[in-house]
Amino acid sequence: MNLLALSGVEAFYGASQVLFGVDLEVGQGEAVALLGRNGMGKTTTMRAILGLAGRSGGDIRFAGRGLSGLRPHERARLGIGLVPEGRRCFPTLTVAENLLIAARPGPWTLARLYELFPRLAERRGQPARTLSGGEQQMLAIGRALMTNPTLLMLDEATEGLAPLLRQEIWAVIRKLKGEGQSILIVDKTLAELFPVADRCFILERGRTVWSGQAEELTAELQQRHLGV
Amino acid sequence: MERERWINIALALLLLAAPLLALAAGEAFYVTLATRVAVLALAAVGLNLALGLGGLVSFGHAAFFGIGGYAAGILAAQEMTAMPPIWIVAALVAGIMAAFIGAVSLRTSGVYFIMITLAFAQMIYYFVISWPAYGGEDGLPLAVRNQFPFVNTLKPLPFFLICYVLLLAGLLLFAWLRDGRFGAALQAARQNETRLAALGVSPFPIRLTAFVLSAMITAVAGALYADLTRFVSPSMLSWHLSGELIVIIILGGTGRLFGPLAGAALFVLMEFLLGSLTERWQFFLGLVLLGTVLFAKGGLIGLIAGKARNG
Repeated sequence: MNLLALSGVEAFYGASQVLFGVDLEVGQGEAVALLGRNGMGKTTTMRAILGLAGRSGGDIRFAGRGLSGLRPHERARLGIGLVPEGRRCFPTLTVAENLLIAARPGPWTLARLYELFPRLAERRGQPARTLSGGEQQMLAIGRALMTNPTLLMLDEATEGLAPLLRQEIWAVIRKLKGEGQSILIVDKTLAELFPVADRCFILERGRTVWSGQAEELTAELQQRHLGV
Repeated sequence: MERERWINIALALLLLAAPLLALAAGEAFYVTLATRVAVLALAAVGLNLALGLGGLVSFGHAAFFGIGGYAAGILAAQEMTAMPPIWIVAALVAGIMAAFIGAVSLRTSGVYFIMITLAFAQMIYYFVISWPAYGGEDGLPLAVRNQFPFVNTLKPLPFFLICYVLLLAGLLLFAWLRDGRFGAALQAARQNETRLAALGVSPFPIRLTAFVLSAMITAVAGALYADLTRFVSPSMLSWHLSGELIVIIILGGTGRLFGPLAGAALFVLMEFLLGSLTERWQFFLGLVLLGTVLFAKGGLIGLIAGKARNG
């Protein structure tokens, strides 16, 4: 059964429509890649799932229930954790405070998280704004994990990071997947993304135009839809 | 951070030393002045919780200050003259009012929030003015200062010490809330509401709790103020007082633990020193406020202790 299912999802920013019909599925324990060129609606799709995209239409179902009418914090509490693009921590709060705000009961505790990201443990008393970009990214992922989400959504989690830090983040993503975490992921590094992804969905101008396994995504398809 | 802690301790000791020195010099009046600082500081500590940590610019906190004052005045008029129960009644009544006012006004933000809190405070102000049973426009005198077990509250110094201890208690509560999970969430809601909602935390109940606690602290200060002046009048509920509390916080340092004390000390000193020279002392207060907003956004505490971690 699908954990998350979107069908014909539309979204608007003010008067202008951004999503015209997004179809997307994430199964339990599955890692799904959401692909597409810049400005095709990947971030908006993630925001729409959480109810952050403003006016939207179509059907979004999570764990068997419709999400329409639910406000963002209610959707998040059903078990959706978002790691937003651009990290976005609470800059003046400490690392520990950033993590504790999000905490909800489940397998992920502060201690277990510090094990996953030893660097965060070292910096637990520091304000988030004093962290490096990579550390802030770890904090953003950690904060989402502390909500003990059924579905983790990662939006450009490795963007703008040094290669070594990217490797570290990808290692964490692979580890999470190995533990059975359901993941929806947007990322530009296809070489790292494809081995992790069970399924791919491609967005073009706010529509799902292709879906299938990563292996089926031929060079020609990549050329046409992703411009690589 | 370390530096701010030392400055805080120095400020607390200074406020304690001032009336002792004044008494030694035979100048009992200054004890009353120090008590005024402590009481206004406590009222501002309450507002600082909503305004400083939560970013909720309440322009109606005089309502809670006045509710505290009238709780003391009305209970005293009913021969209920023990301070601790008066404080509890003051805090409870203000808390209930704040829960109602907050539930309505926290659905708005920014300038609408400022205006709606002002509107509620004005409603209470005019209600009290037109309610003759407890003095109406003329106010309500307290025949004698209320009692505290084993303490002679009629003498200035014991009464100062009561106010001082309550101020410290208020500051401790503020620090405890700020450093806990609740305070972190309250500050996160101020910084970015959507980001907090995306984590599954609704900002509304957190803000409402902060608003109610804030009102309760300010109400206790109002009850003390009634005992200090032995008089309760509608002016305690007026929007001027709401404004003064905001000014005190800005002067001292918004969101800083000891900001309210630094601000209240500065305010009362200016009121006393300049007020004895000219009736228009508030002109100079305005200049200082302008200078603070333009050149020292962290207020007095920010000026001495540097930028806040939670700024």
